[in-house]
Amino acid sequence: MSAVERRVWLAAGLALLCVVLHMAVGLRGNLAFVLELRALKLLALVQVAVAVAVATVLLQTVTGNRILTPSIMGLDALYLLGQTAMVFLLGGLGFAGIDPRLKFLAALLAMVGIAAAVFLPILRRHLSLYRMLLTGALLGILFRSLTSLLARLIDPNDFAVLQGASYANFSAVRGDLLVVGCVLTAAGTVTAWRLRHALDVVALGPAAATALGIDWSRQITAILALVAMLVAVSTALVGPVVFLGLVVVALAERLTGTQRHAVLLPTAALIAVAVLVGGQTLLQHGLGGAGALGVVVEFVGGLLFLFLLATERRR
Amino acid sequence: MIEIEGVGLSHHGTTILHDVALTLPKGELIALIGPNGAGKSSLLSLVARLQPLQRGRIAVDGLPVDRTPGRDLARVLTVMRQDTGFAGRLSVRELVGFGRFPHGRGRLTDGDRALIDEALALFDLTALADRDLMTLSGGQRQRAFVAMAFCQGTDYLLLDEPLNNLDMMYARQMMRLLREMVEQRGRTVVIVLHDINYAAAYADRIVALKDGRIVAHGSPDDILTVDLLERLYGYRMQVHRIDGQLLVRHHD
Repeated sequence: MSAVERRVWLAAGLALLCVVLHMAVGLRGNLAFVLELRALKLLALVQVAVAVAVATVLLQTVTGNRILTPSIMGLDALYLLGQTAMVFLLGGLGFAGIDPRLKFLAALLAMVGIAAAVFLPILRRHLSLYRMLLTGALLGILFRSLTSLLARLIDPNDFAVLQGASYANFSAVRGDLLVVGCVLTAAGTVTAWRLRHALDVVALGPAAATALGIDWSRQITAILALVAMLVAVSTALVGPVVFLGLVVVALAERLTGTQRHAVLLPTAALIAVAVLVGGQTLLQHGLGGAGALGVVVEFVGGLLFLFLLATERRR
Repeated sequence: MIEIEGVGLSHHGTTILHDVALTLPKGELIALIGPNGAGKSSLLSLVARLQPLQRGRIAVDGLPVDRTPGRDLARVLTVMRQDTGFAGRLSVRELVGFGRFPHGRGRLTDGDRALIDEALALFDLTALADRDLMTLSGGQRQRAFVAMAFCQGTDYLLLDEPLNNLDMMYARQMMRLLREMVEQRGRTVVIVLHDINYAAAYADRIVALKDGRIVAHGSPDDILTVDLLERLYGYRMQVHRIDGQLLVRHHD
């Protein structure tokens, strides 16, 4: 156990190092102002990292599938469709003029609402989990094709605005929205942590979990609601960053060598923090602010995930 | 006591169980036998509330399985299915420890740890205790899952073909362990078996199913007769008695 614990502390140290670097590297000018700006951005990064990591662990546990991401539920595709539709209807300037609080709330409610409307009836009718995921995947395809249809119709100048809104952006998060996001993410994370032992049992699949006293359909509904909430909050706050989850969970599992949630949940969250905060710091100070973090995470994450798949060995 | 009354089951218009009524006493090893598609696994999964009860009533020790909270039932009855499926990064000891989940919701006491060690030793898993499930063979994994069910400490154990994947040595050991659980610990074991010779050697009671109906129900001596076996499986087998032990020669 202590070897595993040491690995968790390693991940914690790495995350802390990235946080310190993010706050301290290249400080100049009005210190209070710069620090406040950086702290806000840090909070956004940490919140999204934790939400995505926890949501991915939960979804993979429920489905018993280690290569799924919450994006299979189609929520990020719905977010993109919403952004595109707004640019299409209001134009680039009109889109930029909408109150960010309104945008956040509308995106959050739309994602949670669609998740509840589509997934709850399926769960209530005791249909299989895979049918539900397939429904989510199909919805995702529908939303994506509608998005690309609208994107073809809009003005090229507006399209540039849309491009900016389609990738995660951590620089322009408002403080008041951040507070809402942090509260929701913290609530979701605490709930997941309290469920950690039940999650270990859920990972065994419906038959074994039921035999051990889990009320399967009720537990699954609760966990999926948690996933939808976490994904919706982080997406509404900064934009889609779902692929990150796949990579950090795989890394956490590789690092600790266990699927027990008491270890996996914190390790995945810590690695996600290290990746996002460290990546942002590197981009900003190492590469002179070139490139958006969202794009880089998707690119490096994809390569890393392929590497993990290729080197996965059966011990 | 397991009481089954008027239980019926159908899927997409196909009837799998017709109006099954059965009472199984406590403290016996009961074998469910019958040809493929007889409804043995379905009946077992209904008793274990792995699928919703469509018609009829099932009660275990007086607890109706469709209305008792899952957690309460998990201290009375457990089940192990054919396809255990899971093979992740989880050590055998961790898996067996999950058997204590209904009692402590994941927090292990010293008493729990002693029970886990006992289960590991009993199922010959001590040497494998720290190995990951994904590194085990099918038979070893099967034993780990049965050890988890044992560790759960329930009075009723439902096992769906636990001898699958086991070699003769471990199949015999498994049946002897189950026998011992019945005799020395007063547990009740309901087991789906395909090899009727294991039923002949170890069961107190045999329930024979065919086409979703109970064809016969009684002691091995009553059930394992040439005529009844022909009615069940559709061909004549030779039933011998060697040193007082029934032996069915079901292959030519």
